[in-house]
Amino acid sequence: MKALLDLYTQQFKTTLATMVAYRASLLIWMLGQVLEPLVYLIVWSIVSNSSGGSIGGYATSQFAAYFLLLMLVNQVTYTWIMYEFEYRIREGLLSIALLKPVHPIHSDIANNLSSKLITTPFMILVALALVPVFHPSLPLVPWAIVLFFPALLLAFAIRFLLEWTLAQSAFWTTRVGAVNQVYFVLMLFLSGQFAPLTLLPFPVQVAAYVLPFRWIIAFPIELVSGRLTLNEAFIGLGAQAAWLLASYFLFRIVWRAGVKIYAAVGA
Amino acid sequence: MNYLRLLTAFFWVSVAGEVAYRVNFFFQLFQSLVSLGIAVTGLSVIFSYADTLGGWSQDAVLALVGVYLFVGGFIGLIVQPGMEEFIESVHDGTLDFTLTKPEDAQLLVSIRRINIWSIIDIALGLGVLVYSLVRLGEQVGIGEAAEFLLVLTAGAVIIYSFFLILATLSFWFVRVENFLTIFQSMYEAGRWPVSLYPGWLRYGLTFVIPVAFATTVPAEALTGRLTWLTLVIAVALAVFLFITSRVFWRIGLRHYSGASA
Repeated sequence: MKALLDLYTQQFKTTLATMVAYRASLLIWMLGQVLEPLVYLIVWSIVSNSSGGSIGGYATSQFAAYFLLLMLVNQVTYTWIMYEFEYRIREGLLSIALLKPVHPIHSDIANNLSSKLITTPFMILVALALVPVFHPSLPLVPWAIVLFFPALLLAFAIRFLLEWTLAQSAFWTTRVGAVNQVYFVLMLFLSGQFAPLTLLPFPVQVAAYVLPFRWIIAFPIELVSGRLTLNEAFIGLGAQAAWLLASYFLFRIVWRAGVKIYAAVGA
Repeated sequence: MNYLRLLTAFFWVSVAGEVAYRVNFFFQLFQSLVSLGIAVTGLSVIFSYADTLGGWSQDAVLALVGVYLFVGGFIGLIVQPGMEEFIESVHDGTLDFTLTKPEDAQLLVSIRRINIWSIIDIALGLGVLVYSLVRLGEQVGIGEAAEFLLVLTAGAVIIYSFFLILATLSFWFVRVENFLTIFQSMYEAGRWPVSLYPGWLRYGLTFVIPVAFATTVPAEALTGRLTWLTLVIAVALAVFLFITSRVFWRIGLRHYSGASA
């Protein structure tokens, strides 16, 4: 336990130093994170305004709230492991990580958390700065706000484990780009990044509910926007817990199989 | 004529280098089809709720997507690879070799690196464009087509000059490739008519990072929305940026001392 704690503190210091060194890259990365939801927000606002101020149960101001919250939820749950893992395997860097006495996922978790700790305040500032531009409306339901935080945490945990597992496809294929792209398309439409899920065709909604996608982005947003009943909120948290368990087992199985066939390149 | 001969030569060198990796063709085809699929699916969802988007019909926005893919393919084919390699060569000093060649260095760095698989994006963009034009039917006459070709060329020149100016900064600054990344994420916003965006973003996408001239303006020409003022501004900006980038390139080159020397 003590060793893990040391690892996390040290990783935090390293990440902090790296981020200070690559300030510019960080800003550019944030620009991309903000721009995509912003574009969809603008497009949907125009559609909503031209159809009398509301579509699919979302008024223009509620679209604004949805996409500004999306920026925050996406920021908190985001991972970049899929780009990095492939590089690690291709360059044989994973061999070094395997020599260490702790599972390599720990340093990734620490790295992710510490970088979020620094970037999230900026994202909150950006979202706040956009409030006077888009006039979002958000009903403040106390229990929904309380439940939002565990939902967000679970969303992060599921997304992290799933994407870490998916990144391991690099053990089997050199075409990780294709795998990633399929995943990004599914994320875009099924997780609610493109539009609130109720606006999509019914089969897509069903897929989003059955697969993990709704639970890693849309659910926390719907919850804090007061769109769910207390009952629905607890069912959602239950679904998240189930997906967390499922993705943990998936991660364990894939990791075992992957390490077995891993042959270090360049070592 | 000489330029064309050089371009052909560089093109065949790239082809020769890539035919060893034929699977890349299917890989790129897959990626391009996926990004087209995203655009078309998104449009069909949006237009199931509205007939027009800021005055643009579904087919008109589809034409814009065609232009977006086409110009994106042009950037990926020759503009970006060349500029990336040029920035790299300033860092490690291999630009020296280019400068010793008996041909204009700006020309050489602009055309020597070609990513042939981007031709798929260009073809796909053309396909989407033709499809949407057939659906738009009678609205596209010879006049629109001529205007389209003119502003499309202007847009390409603007994009090229803009990239060259950014890349030339590498004579002074180290991490210039960051600017190229910014362009990439801003270019995504060009998939939609810039007239949709609020003022500050629209001006940013028009004059700070000239995405609008590469995507929205040519699409406007095709769908009969282009005003004479926009046309004149596009052509004037193309000429102005082309000359500026050339002048800037020369100043930068004088500043270059060779990293390896």
